[in-house]
Amino acid sequence: MEAWPLLVICGLATYLWRGPGVLIAAGINPKGEAFTWISCVAYAIIAGVVARMLVLPTGALAETTALERALGSALALAVYFRLTDRNLFAGVMAGAAALWLIRVAA
Amino acid sequence: MLVAGYVAFGALAAANDIPFSVAVASTAILWALPAQIVFVEMQAGAAPLLAIVVAVMLSSARFLPMTLVLMPEMRDPRHRSWKYYIAAQLLSLSGWTMAVARFPDIPREQRLAWFYGFTLVLMTVSAASTAAGYIGADRLPPLARLALVFMVPMYYLLILTGSVRDRIAALGLACGAVAGPLAYVLVPDWSVPLGGLAGGTAAYLLLKGR
Repeated sequence: MEAWPLLVICGLATYLWRGPGVLIAAGINPKGEAFTWISCVAYAIIAGVVARMLVLPTGALAETTALERALGSALALAVYFRLTDRNLFAGVMAGAAALWLIRVAA
Repeated sequence: MLVAGYVAFGALAAANDIPFSVAVASTAILWALPAQIVFVEMQAGAAPLLAIVVAVMLSSARFLPMTLVLMPEMRDPRHRSWKYYIAAQLLSLSGWTMAVARFPDIPREQRLAWFYGFTLVLMTVSAASTAAGYIGADRLPPLARLALVFMVPMYYLLILTGSVRDRIAALGLACGAVAGPLAYVLVPDWSVPLGGLAGGTAAYLLLKGR
């Protein structure tokens, strides 16, 4: 399907979570069981997509090797947790720079 | 922090040949980075329409509890109700986090205006970052583009491992990280929604089992 109509359909689908929140003022516990479950699913989806990009990449990242991606990830984690006080920008940059340098050197 | 995520997303969209206008518009229309990444990855992988819509929708499910918490805090009889339906579209995780933190210091009748202002700035900066990432990936040499695209998994790797103080997040992401690639091997087309449901349900059961 064309990207534009698909985007609009997906936008409407996400609004189904946003809009009703205005209408339903009370009576729903945002910390209830159903919300806990759906939060787990939401986290699992993005974690699953990212894990797949690292383990079984398609598209642009498919040309990198597993070792290159592992080294990039390791450096990003090291900078984020060890070298800086959880500086997200520095960590992400370190990972990307590591991948770049490894590819240039290779 | 938002800038890095959206620059990376723009580069990902460019590398996957998503039209520029769609990439930038998705920042306003979906306005949730996980949903946008799912959208681009699945669209590029030519997944079935229904699988894409279900996956994008499930990935943004947290907007319902977020709006439920925030809306009563902004409610004021002086504002017309349609303004809240627009506010619901402007809501994102960063906007929500900031609003929850700042609202106690803002008079009730001014909160909606503050929210509009703050979230519109966030959205504009994010859309500009998406455009910059897209154009950058298009113009830079292939190796630099690769590094930009690699920022997407790095961004979420760090956000997800950094937020493990929250048990729901920690379990959800751990189970999802296992279920996602596994589902991709078994059912490539439907792997994102099915892997998410399987991983998320496993995380929920583990959470309850403790």
